[in-house]
Amino acid sequence: MQTTDVSNPAFFHKVVDCQWACPAHTPVPHYIRLIASGRNADAYMVNWHSNVFPGILGRTCDRPCEPACRRGRVEEEPVAICRLKRVAADNKGDVTHRMPRPAPRNGRRVACIGAGPASLACARDLAAAGYSVTVFEGEKKLGGFIRSQIPRFRLPESVIDEEVGYITALGVETRTGHYISSLKSLLAEGYDAIFVGSGAPRGRDLEIPGRQESAANIHLGIDWLASVSFGHTTSIGRRVIVLGGGNTAMDCCRSARRLGGESVTVVVRSGFEEMKASPWEKEDAMGEDIPILNYLVPLAFLHEGGTLTGMRFQKVRAERDAKGRRQLVPTGEPDVEMPCDDVLVAVGQENAFPWIERDTGIEFDRWGMPVVDETTMQSTIPNVFFGGDAAFGPKNIIWAVAHAHQAAISIDLLLSGGDVRDRPPPNVTLVSQKMGIHEWSYDNAIAIDLRYKVPHREKSLALADIGAEVELGFDLGLALKEAQRCLNCDIQTVFAPKLCIECDACVDICPVDCITFTADAEERVLRQGLNAPSLNMTQDLQVHGGLKTGRVMVKDEDVCLHCGMCAERCPTGAWDMQRFLLDMAQVGTMPPSITHPTMKSGAEPVAA
Amino acid sequence: MTYLPKPKLHHPDLPKNELGLTRRDYEGAISTLCAGCGHDAISAAIVHACYNLSLPPHRIAKLSGIGCSSKTPTYFLGAAHGFNSVHGRMPSVLTGAHLANRDLIYLGVSGDGDSASIGLGQFAHALRRGVNMTYIVENNGVYGLTKGQFSATADRGALNKRGAANGDEAIDMVGLALQLGATFVARSFSGDKAQLVPLIEAALTHAGAAFIDCISPCVTFNNHAGSTKSFDYVREHNEAVNFLDVISGRETITLEQEPGTVELVTQHDGSVLRLRKVAGDYDPTDRTSAIDFLARHHQAGEIVTGLLYVDPDPTSLHGHLGTATKPLNAFDDAVLIPGSAALAKINASLR
Repeated sequence: MQTTDVSNPAFFHKVVDCQWACPAHTPVPHYIRLIASGRNADAYMVNWHSNVFPGILGRTCDRPCEPACRRGRVEEEPVAICRLKRVAADNKGDVTHRMPRPAPRNGRRVACIGAGPASLACARDLAAAGYSVTVFEGEKKLGGFIRSQIPRFRLPESVIDEEVGYITALGVETRTGHYISSLKSLLAEGYDAIFVGSGAPRGRDLEIPGRQESAANIHLGIDWLASVSFGHTTSIGRRVIVLGGGNTAMDCCRSARRLGGESVTVVVRSGFEEMKASPWEKEDAMGEDIPILNYLVPLAFLHEGGTLTGMRFQKVRAERDAKGRRQLVPTGEPDVEMPCDDVLVAVGQENAFPWIERDTGIEFDRWGMPVVDETTMQSTIPNVFFGGDAAFGPKNIIWAVAHAHQAAISIDLLLSGGDVRDRPPPNVTLVSQKMGIHEWSYDNAIAIDLRYKVPHREKSLALADIGAEVELGFDLGLALKEAQRCLNCDIQTVFAPKLCIECDACVDICPVDCITFTADAEERVLRQGLNAPSLNMTQDLQVHGGLKTGRVMVKDEDVCLHCGMCAERCPTGAWDMQRFLLDMAQVGTMPPSITHPTMKSGAEPVAA
Repeated sequence: MTYLPKPKLHHPDLPKNELGLTRRDYEGAISTLCAGCGHDAISAAIVHACYNLSLPPHRIAKLSGIGCSSKTPTYFLGAAHGFNSVHGRMPSVLTGAHLANRDLIYLGVSGDGDSASIGLGQFAHALRRGVNMTYIVENNGVYGLTKGQFSATADRGALNKRGAANGDEAIDMVGLALQLGATFVARSFSGDKAQLVPLIEAALTHAGAAFIDCISPCVTFNNHAGSTKSFDYVREHNEAVNFLDVISGRETITLEQEPGTVELVTQHDGSVLRLRKVAGDYDPTDRTSAIDFLARHHQAGEIVTGLLYVDPDPTSLHGHLGTATKPLNAFDDAVLIPGSAALAKINASLR
């Protein structure tokens, strides 16, 4: 097998599972160590640089990093990465002096449509680099769906105001209450580039019998949440059915519980396991006495005299057809009727671009989505870019931020005469962490340590006030404990075959049997002959030839604890533990990024 | 060496043996020997062998003397019985323990200083008595704990770390063991677990005095050019006579090789040693030709490794003493202390 090229940043980046899984590639273990050492402001700035909304994401992120976390593979549950991010945001103190100053203007004008996370993140990157950015927003306040759709009991408005404020402070011009109704006329205003971050603003409806007749008590989930958020809706019926299994449905049912819904039930067509909602959101909903009923297909809204009285469902089960496709087939049991006073329909969101004239030059595919390049975010009009839900359909905040960074890079390249396909490489450093014979600059004592629970507000108090945040966040003590569960996967095992004397010390000491010295073979064969079963094909092998015996050193990266035992037991220093830090490229020069100090958790914080 | 204990977390798919134990359950405390020490690799090989054989750790007694090698029993089989004896006196303590409790599995771990210098007499007598044990000498040719002086197994002419040559003749532990009547004799190398682990398994299942001379490079004092016990030197001069697989009674035995290249030796307990021959003329059941073979190859500067001699049906100390079939602790007081009447009867028979 080919010797692994560790100079290719992708190899070690992939070992840092959380960072690799994060669309914005935030250096997770790096900021977790900062939190562990009490440097919350530094941790916040690392996050802010990478994902723009640490306080918001620390409460609402979809956390693609957590299922990827290596701790979850060697123990039961991953590190609570998302909630640690919130700890940094909650305890950072005042960071305004660390934010970039408005840059001298370079004379280029960029319009951002919508003031959701995508547009705001794009505006931040470009404004800090000297672009004159104007953000257009139909609503009166900035934030988009972050503000209108996420209930206050999950995300206090003050957090949104603060983090949106850091962006507007960069000199971004904001035009709220200004709905863009025509792309053509905006194009005519002569902006150098336009970024479309208008989201997926339309809730999908459910056209079944009774829909029209009982319309007064049937609400589209996202519109209803927005109405609650802006204070227009303050009550709901006693018995509520929520249709749909996504996070919007979870927000709907929990909001309904707080506005007078005593008996709130979630009903999903398919199985409980197949629901799109994050597991922790389902857990929180069920914890508020909201049952989730599955395998029920809505047949009709029942009504009497123009008033909704209930719903009828068909019982189904999942089956595989001849082609192996999963489908729902009726069980033949009698239909189920459930009485209710209100129904919230949260069965999906759709994109809508009524304001883009079809003859502007923007091409749409057959599903009505704009044709957008996945790398550059460029549309078929070279200076119009898309990002967030507007680009490829509903995703989440962290994807919107990732798109925005890439679009900003493209806009910068385009307007400075470069090629948008010429993507700037990430900034990568790899530094030894050795401090002494048994001393590393990170905490390498790895123990069995189960995930800590985030404290919640008492249920009766939480349900009584829709504005009361349910999660109270880790306190600093719990945060330190949870932070120490991090395996420091960015501290890489770097191997120098020339120094190796093949004494087997690393093989014998490795607690998870990562390392094997064996005859060279192709990968498939190598994987069968390693010291521990090598079943996780998504994880790479690190392979090095050049040993005296002609064998190869094979390290399966899958469950490496990054404990450094191999390096401590190595008599010749052939193994070293080196910190890999990868910062994604961004437009211009961002704040003197957060120095990347070597620091043991528990050490004294350094003044920023 | 490290100050931190080895993390308890293990590979999620770590297999279990017949006792439901993982290999990690056979480990001991973390080693305090120099990083890279050959002895640590031997400890790991012992862990592998005991795991593979599904030996209950609490039925094993590990005994040692003094020295780097004799520290190692702390680093494997944490659940076994242990006795860290006086310098060179491990064989006597082991013999005594074996006489008192014949049911335990005895594992003596010693070094070239402990067994070839101060304890040479003890080593010789334990082997010639046929004590049922596995006796491993972790042989590095130097006194590591006292800064690397040549030991009695260092080859004449070998250079120490500062370049001075050894003027004394080396004691060949394998040659002694063959002459003294050990019924299982092997030599191996800490840097070759594929060879060493099956040898330890075979020795543990052997029902007589089993001796393994394991060359174990001292990375601190004896792993340089000019050493004859360095990783490089041993790898270059290693002449393996066979490869061994140990097959427990229940497994079916298949012969993949051509006839004549594989020899099966069935031991007393029903386990089968499958020897894949490398040196065609080598017969591991012939003590005299083994001694001759070793002498010839030693002359040629080769280090012969592998299973060098095995008597598949050995006699042992308990056998020729005709002792009780049960451990002493299994008898009740009435048997162990028969009283003055019994004593009087014995005395009368001697008058």
